[in-house]
Amino acid sequence: MADREIMYRDALREAIDEEMAANAQVFIIGEGIAERGGSYKVTEGLLAKYGKKRVRDTPIAEAGMIGVGVGAAIAGARPIVEILYVDFAMLGMEMIVNQAAKFRLMTGGTGRVPFIMRTQGGTGGGVAAQHSQSLEALFYHIPGLKVVMPSTPYDAKGLLKYALRQDDPVMFLEHKHLYMTKGMVPEGEYVIEFGKADIKREGSDVTLIAWSNMVPRAMAAAAELAKDGISVEVVDPRTLSPLDTGTILASVAKTKRVVIVQEAVRRGGVASDIASIIQEQAFYDLDAPITIVAGLNTPIPFNLELEKASVPQVPDVVAAVRKVLHHDIPMAAE
Amino acid sequence: MPKKPSAGNTRPRALLEKIYKTAKTIRVFESEGIKLYRRGLIRGYFHPYLGQEAIATGACTALKEGDYIASTHRGHGHCIAQGAEIKKMVAELLQKKTGYCKGYGGSMHIADIAKGNLGANGIVGAGTPLGVGAALASQIRGSDAVTVTFTSDGASNNGTFLEGLNLAAIWNLNFILVIENNQYAVSTTIEESTRETELYKRGESLGVPSRRVDGNDPLAVYDAIEDCAKLCREGKGPFLIEAVTYRHTGHHVNDPGSYMPDEKKKYYAERDPVNRARQYLLDMTDLTEAQIAAFDAEIEQEFADAVTFAEASGEVSVEEFKEFLETY
Ligand SMILES: Cc1ncc(C[n+]2csc(CCOP(=O)(O)OP(=O)(O)O)c2C)c(N)n1
Ligand SMILES: [Mg+2]
Repeated sequence: MADREIMYRDALREAIDEEMAANAQVFIIGEGIAERGGSYKVTEGLLAKYGKKRVRDTPIAEAGMIGVGVGAAIAGARPIVEILYVDFAMLGMEMIVNQAAKFRLMTGGTGRVPFIMRTQGGTGGGVAAQHSQSLEALFYHIPGLKVVMPSTPYDAKGLLKYALRQDDPVMFLEHKHLYMTKGMVPEGEYVIEFGKADIKREGSDVTLIAWSNMVPRAMAAAAELAKDGISVEVVDPRTLSPLDTGTILASVAKTKRVVIVQEAVRRGGVASDIASIIQEQAFYDLDAPITIVAGLNTPIPFNLELEKASVPQVPDVVAAVRKVLHHDIPMAAE
Repeated sequence: MPKKPSAGNTRPRALLEKIYKTAKTIRVFESEGIKLYRRGLIRGYFHPYLGQEAIATGACTALKEGDYIASTHRGHGHCIAQGAEIKKMVAELLQKKTGYCKGYGGSMHIADIAKGNLGANGIVGAGTPLGVGAALASQIRGSDAVTVTFTSDGASNNGTFLEGLNLAAIWNLNFILVIENNQYAVSTTIEESTRETELYKRGESLGVPSRRVDGNDPLAVYDAIEDCAKLCREGKGPFLIEAVTYRHTGHHVNDPGSYMPDEKKKYYAERDPVNRARQYLLDMTDLTEAQIAAFDAEIEQEFADAVTFAEASGEVSVEEFKEFLETY
């Protein structure tokens, strides 16, 4: 079947729509998602199609919404809870961390929690410190949660469809900058399993690992470096938990140099954990220290220039790649 | 529904003048601020307080020096009513170094600690426990300061409301929770959000004396807060005031508010809080239309000067930012 170019938000909508059509257990709740179609227009049209029972607006009650989602999942439904900003998911952390993540183990595997929290994070648009965070590391840290961060419409659709068919709690983290980006998506049915990284660009000189909105920046950096004959392999893990270490390590074995890019603050981040996995399992493959390009250890400032300075930009990625490439060449004093 | 304006009585001219000027200043700030936004000078969120001016104005005018307020995402009005400098507010919206937060915060995070304003807030409902905390600090340090948290109909469905107000109640804190019931959370109506739309009743269920006032009448709000603040200082707090009102605009500058029915807009436009403050001046003082027009001109000039000031100001540099982060 033919591919079409659609937006990330349309891809998400298609995934929800198709799974709602296929499975009556799927429902969605969130603030302004019904009549208004959601702040990012992901749920537009779903109310008309599936009715008030399965497409519901909620009051501003994140702890409650997340909690009822978890409870419904335990009881066999497949809820999607849309939280406007990942920053607001902090109000529901109890339900995510103590309830959803632990239920399966606490019940000796007899209970399952097919709960999906869809939300979005990241900087952009001057929405300042409480609406701009990249908080994947908080969820990544918690055993029992799946952490999904799609960077393209294709991945967004396939991963969300898969999420709605598996049985564990999923933190489905979108990015505010990506909703209007476009990409090719097949018309036919497909899903993307968790734990399968995607090589977004093949290359042989450096492995560049990036997810979510850092993927387009990594791709832009790779394109720029290609002009100088530098061949960059861009690896998008797509799901951080589970993490496809196999694909990452195979790429490292080939290129011997690694740069990891994350928008989140560096301290305690996922990039640091990936670096630790690589150094432990592929230390002798490496020709240069692993370099991390990450957000500064800061809340996101409102001011545009400071906001930009807080998170990795394309030139930062380009510079990091050059640095790991020239690591073994003595450099002139800076 | 709202009571009639507290007409008929007489009030000191100074009070009525202060109320009018404050409400008008908020009106000008928001109307002109929207224009700056449309010109691309302001980025991010901007939630206008247009239509709700009576609440911040009435409440803050009834407070004393040393009292605290906690605000919301729709916070410009509270900030102004609590005595903020307009030029520092405009500078903040224009992300300048001379702004209240040096451009780090923006519209949703303006705080004016010196004036007891604990800040606007990007998280709906956060101001309730924060305000209760300020009231607790006052009690512990033996001060009779009162804290007013401005909250909203939407926030009253959030867990922070119950937990915060209950703590204030069991500890008899000098705390007044003002629910600005503008009847919407973005486009979600209050009827869709709760079965009991008389929100003050939630306070009663916690043993907190609670009542509803006309949130478009600055004197009604002033009287309610003055009364509650006095009783708080006698150890009889906390209190809850539900002020019923309606926005003039959509939720934020980019929301056309198409879900707001014309009849309702008209109903509240006829009860416009700034016009009411103005009418009080005409009814209860000997000020003339011309004198009031002179106030207006002064307020408009102050805003224009603030824009000039902000536009001439610089921004925090990336180097200064990084230096600040060394201590973070
Ligand atoms: C915890 C949280 N959830 C959601 C939001 C997004 N949001 C911002 S304002 C708003 C509506 C608020 O309605 P209400 O509390 O009635 O205040 P109003 O805007 O009417 O002043 C929402 C949902 C938020 N900022 N914080
Ligand atoms: Mg409201």
